[in-house]
Amino acid sequence: MARALLKGNVAFAEAAVRAGCEAYFGYPITPQTEALEHMAKRMPELGRAFVQAESEVAAINMVYGAATAGVRVMTSSSSPGVSLMMEGLSYIAGTRVPAVLVDVMRGGPGLGNIAPAQSDYAQMVRGGPHGDMKMIVLAPATVQELIDLTVEAFDLAERYRCITVVLADGSLGQMMEPAELPPMRTPRAADERPAWALTGARGREPHALTSIYLDPEQEEAYNLELQATYRAIEAAEVRYVEERLEGARIAVVAFGTAGRLSLTAIDAARAEGIEVGLFRPVSLYPFPEERLRQLAERVDALLVVEMNAGQMIDDVRRVTRERVPIRFYGRTGGVVPMPEEVLEAIRGLHAELVREEAVA
Amino acid sequence: MTVPTLTPRLTPVVSYPEALAPTPTHYCPGCTHGIAHRLVAEVIDELGIREDTIGVASVGCSVFAYNYFAVDFAQAPHGRAPALATGIKRTSPDKLVFTYQGDGDLASIGSAEILHAAARGENITVVFLNNAIYGMTGGQMAPTTLPGQRTTSSPAGRDPATQGYPLRMSELLAQVDGAAYVARRSLHDVANIRRAKKALRKAFEVQQQGLGFAMVELLSSCPTNWGLSAQDSLEYIRDVMVPAYPLGEFKVPETEGREAR
Amino acid sequence: MKGTVTVDEALCKGCGLCTGVCPKGLLALSTRFSTRGYHPVELVDPDDLCTGCELCSVICPEAAFTVFRERAAA
Repeated sequence: MARALLKGNVAFAEAAVRAGCEAYFGYPITPQTEALEHMAKRMPELGRAFVQAESEVAAINMVYGAATAGVRVMTSSSSPGVSLMMEGLSYIAGTRVPAVLVDVMRGGPGLGNIAPAQSDYAQMVRGGPHGDMKMIVLAPATVQELIDLTVEAFDLAERYRCITVVLADGSLGQMMEPAELPPMRTPRAADERPAWALTGARGREPHALTSIYLDPEQEEAYNLELQATYRAIEAAEVRYVEERLEGARIAVVAFGTAGRLSLTAIDAARAEGIEVGLFRPVSLYPFPEERLRQLAERVDALLVVEMNAGQMIDDVRRVTRERVPIRFYGRTGGVVPMPEEVLEAIRGLHAELVREEAVA
Repeated sequence: MTVPTLTPRLTPVVSYPEALAPTPTHYCPGCTHGIAHRLVAEVIDELGIREDTIGVASVGCSVFAYNYFAVDFAQAPHGRAPALATGIKRTSPDKLVFTYQGDGDLASIGSAEILHAAARGENITVVFLNNAIYGMTGGQMAPTTLPGQRTTSSPAGRDPATQGYPLRMSELLAQVDGAAYVARRSLHDVANIRRAKKALRKAFEVQQQGLGFAMVELLSSCPTNWGLSAQDSLEYIRDVMVPAYPLGEFKVPETEGREAR
Repeated sequence: MKGTVTVDEALCKGCGLCTGVCPKGLLALSTRFSTRGYHPVELVDPDDLCTGCELCSVICPEAAFTVFRERAAA
């Protein structure tokens, strides 16, 4: 497949099509609507299901329905729309049917704006839907990663019968850059759907796919089953990228776009003789705890950079137990920090380390 | 008690529907949910579609419908059954898909979902039980509660000045072009129950022919929360609800020229 | 005997709706308790008046009735 100049939103939508996505249910919301528009054209072309729902509440429940029927299904939305999907996501997790959500985050809270942001980290990684549930959350930093992680999201969702979220932001959705799309994979035939799916009780007992366990003992047993899958996910599905960390004294910890722009600042700082590298979590859940813990033992300080008021930093503190000083640089409300700002923060942290050495 | 001697010439003419699970229901004695369940099951048996039907339960007293039908079933968040049914039908077009919803589910929290499922002409069948109250949660006012009707959240009787007017969902949805068949029937006596069954059968046949959205609204009882006996509840439907919710077919498919989708 | 009915006591909740529709008044709630704690309905038809008209089964919310009718003599 040749590399092409692709817009993020179109890229992940087409990636899903090629990954065998059989149904897309969405709703217009900037900055991801181009994905809906792409699917509006492509899915009917291929005889697959597409509905522009009346709301994100309806969209996620259409996803839920298609998921119970055992097909590859997805939706995409942005922050306020994703907030409307919380109940549906919880039901989906409560029924252990696979689904994919691409969340193209924007400035908030409230209507906020349509600028890129990362202020839904906690909502997607730690909070959001009710109940003891987790979603796999993958954070791309390039259009290529957006494509690859969307394709992987379907496999992960099916392997663990869970929800997989591709957590991008407005800049990734709107930017165009060269990327390569995967080859077309034909969707499963109707008779190849999973054994648990709702396909009509022909020659078998009827299935009931529900998230109800009136008896708390049974609900707990179900929850323990969920927790077991999360342990398996934590053991097998951690993803991260490391850049320029050999011999680094400072590590910048940043995901998605914040990680990408930090790399520019890191290179500028290294040119000034500052030994700094990048640790970029790609799987936000499962969070790369072990690797980060090891990193904290090799460096003298961590600089967490986020496009929010500080959310992933709580996990960085928890995981490293602040064995080394942790500083934060972030812009919120949809402001995208310039590399120069991150460079200043690196210089500041470096100067702090140098002063301490002088005193020690 | 007479224990009938079943002589060989006595053949069963009515027996337990195959599409009804053998599980006793949790509904209150005399609740017409049971009648509606039986009618839907009989229609599924008569059309021979049990193995090709997928139901979607809603949230309300009938939330456990998936235990009572011998049919594949999903269970939707409150009000979202039409959306699940859309997702199922769009990806399983050869299956018969129906939702089973109460008035709180369909006319209140799910009002957007039902309106747009109809507007899209989704090829699904909706079984809509209207008993003018929230049953499962203990008798609160619903959008279909009648003016002056006492409930736990309209203790002085529903006052339209502050609590609005009842919604007639069948008339509303019949206005929508995507709706192919919309009827309101009642379960308050044998004659009406038979008409209800005919309407349910038509609603499934409309789906089989791919003609679009079909809904049957069934006036139903709630003895426990109405504070009436099972028998008095049926009379309440006849004397109070039927005048407020006229029975009939509000939309029928154009017989000619409407090719299946 | 042109017809008869049986009642599944595991399903009957003693709601009494059937007693009101039987044209011959052949159905009555018993005074004993079923295993589910209801007074199940009973057919009281010493004179074989039941014709298997099905009305009781139509009104029953529990599908508790099986209705029999005599086939015409072969």
